[in-house]
Amino acid sequence: MAEVLVVVEASQAGVKKVTLELLTIARELGEPSAVVLGGPGAAAAMSDKLGEYGAQKIYAAESEEIDGHLVAPKATVLANLVTSVSPAAVLLASSQEGKEIAARLAVKLDNGILTDAVGLDADGTATQVVFAGQTIVKSKVTKGIPLVTIRPNSVTPTPAAASPAVENLTVELTDKDKLAQVVNRVAEQKGSRPELTEASIVVSGGRGVGSGDNFKLVEELADLMGAAVGASRAAVDSGFYPHQFQVGQTGKTVSPQLYVALGISGAIQHRAGMQTSKTIVAVNKDEEAPIFELTDFGVVGDLFKVVPQAVEEIRKRKG
Amino acid sequence: MKIVVLVKQVPDSGAERNLRSDDNTVDRGSANNVINEMDEYAIEEALSIQEKHGGEVVVLTMGPSGATESIRKALSMGPDSAVHVADDALHGSCAVATSKVLAAAIGQLDADLIICGAESTDGRVQVMPHMIAERLGIAALTGARKLTVDGSTLTIERQTEEGYEVVTASTPAVVSVWDTINEPRYPSFKGIMAAKKKPLETKSLADLGVDASEVGFDGATSTVVEHSKRPPRQAGNKVADSGDGGVQLVQYLSSEKFV
Repeated sequence: MAEVLVVVEASQAGVKKVTLELLTIARELGEPSAVVLGGPGAAAAMSDKLGEYGAQKIYAAESEEIDGHLVAPKATVLANLVTSVSPAAVLLASSQEGKEIAARLAVKLDNGILTDAVGLDADGTATQVVFAGQTIVKSKVTKGIPLVTIRPNSVTPTPAAASPAVENLTVELTDKDKLAQVVNRVAEQKGSRPELTEASIVVSGGRGVGSGDNFKLVEELADLMGAAVGASRAAVDSGFYPHQFQVGQTGKTVSPQLYVALGISGAIQHRAGMQTSKTIVAVNKDEEAPIFELTDFGVVGDLFKVVPQAVEEIRKRKG
Repeated sequence: MKIVVLVKQVPDSGAERNLRSDDNTVDRGSANNVINEMDEYAIEEALSIQEKHGGEVVVLTMGPSGATESIRKALSMGPDSAVHVADDALHGSCAVATSKVLAAAIGQLDADLIICGAESTDGRVQVMPHMIAERLGIAALTGARKLTVDGSTLTIERQTEEGYEVVTASTPAVVSVWDTINEPRYPSFKGIMAAKKKPLETKSLADLGVDASEVGFDGATSTVVEHSKRPPRQAGNKVADSGDGGVQLVQYLSSEKFV
């Protein structure tokens, strides 16, 4: 079977869920090989997990120079690997970094690129949802191999145990790969909530939340449900919540199992970022709010009454 | 410092947008075409750097002839001049080919700094800054929420999931910005009047030395096979809170096994 390269994404907590989803998709196309591009020791820490989800082989490119620069070194190493093993496809997460590595790879190899796929057929046809979730597109790479970035939560990751051997790659970089130097990484995320784009449940607040302080209520419900916290553009622009949690046209696109919209009117800019959620519920005091066109269950009411009651009810049920 | 700002004309993201049924490209004919919103932040950033450090700001757009309207709008904010790459052969170009054309145009402009929006509201592909940087062999500092210029040294705060990264490079470089970086100015009446007289140069593929076979449908590296309207969601139950809205919400979530 043909080899399919899956570029691994990791956080402090280890392999990201989206990588396991990519391995699951890759198994439909061929034999997945995981590609770890990171600092020294990166691959060893993740090999068990990657094997559990079907990686037949792990390519490890580990270097301080990869970690210390923006994506260019990763793209160079990956391009060399693609040239030497001629894979059937290359899959990356549709994150900022995943798209950026893919962008450089496409230019280096003069190869087509498809981004933000929500599905990928065995013949390389990708499904994309565009224009604020209103149009479904099927597309294909016509020059080179399928080079596709895939959105988190597009499939349910399923294990398929394998015992991958680790093959170390030599990291040969030029000065051109080291132009953008990362001099510091600053953590701002509070607590241990799941990442917004990967979370199974997202609880978001909008202008109706009223203040940054009131977002504690959104966070309380989120934490009780093991959810990530999101915010509408109106809430972010009003300074209620930081921009990296913004869901919508100019923020993140999320596709969780459950999306809870609190005090969010549902402007098209917001819908663009959450319309493909499997189940949507909302609390809004305006019964005409467009968000209710999308909801599987909606409560017309004051979120400062409804949400605390819901929190109390969930606590009661949990005992 | 010579700053080139990339500006794309896109269909208004606040209205219904479509792909054409004949050739699967973005339907610009039926759309209200506007400046890509994120590009206004790029223009603002370029102007504020110019105000502090001097130099020149040039708008660069690739697009059909109708894009002139958005270019004049961009100029009304304050840039000095514009270059419009327009050629019938460009219709249907993929991202890889588009980056080739833009890189060629930037090369002719001899820019120190190229600023663009982090993504466009139509494609949302986010690949252009790194593709251009790869072609030109220069740095790309992408996803900036803050940009500092100190002589030839550029430093950004790059927004990440966990917080931010401080990334630095020397000019020439491409910088892409999010809408958190500044608050774009509104064009003044004087700015709008002045924009009409500002230099706007139109360049063809031949002017850029790019062969028509490398762009458009002929040179495309990917293709749209088919497209369809996504069926609208069916709205479900909506209840008015009469004192037990929270409990009802949890009952629903419980019935769907979320609680």
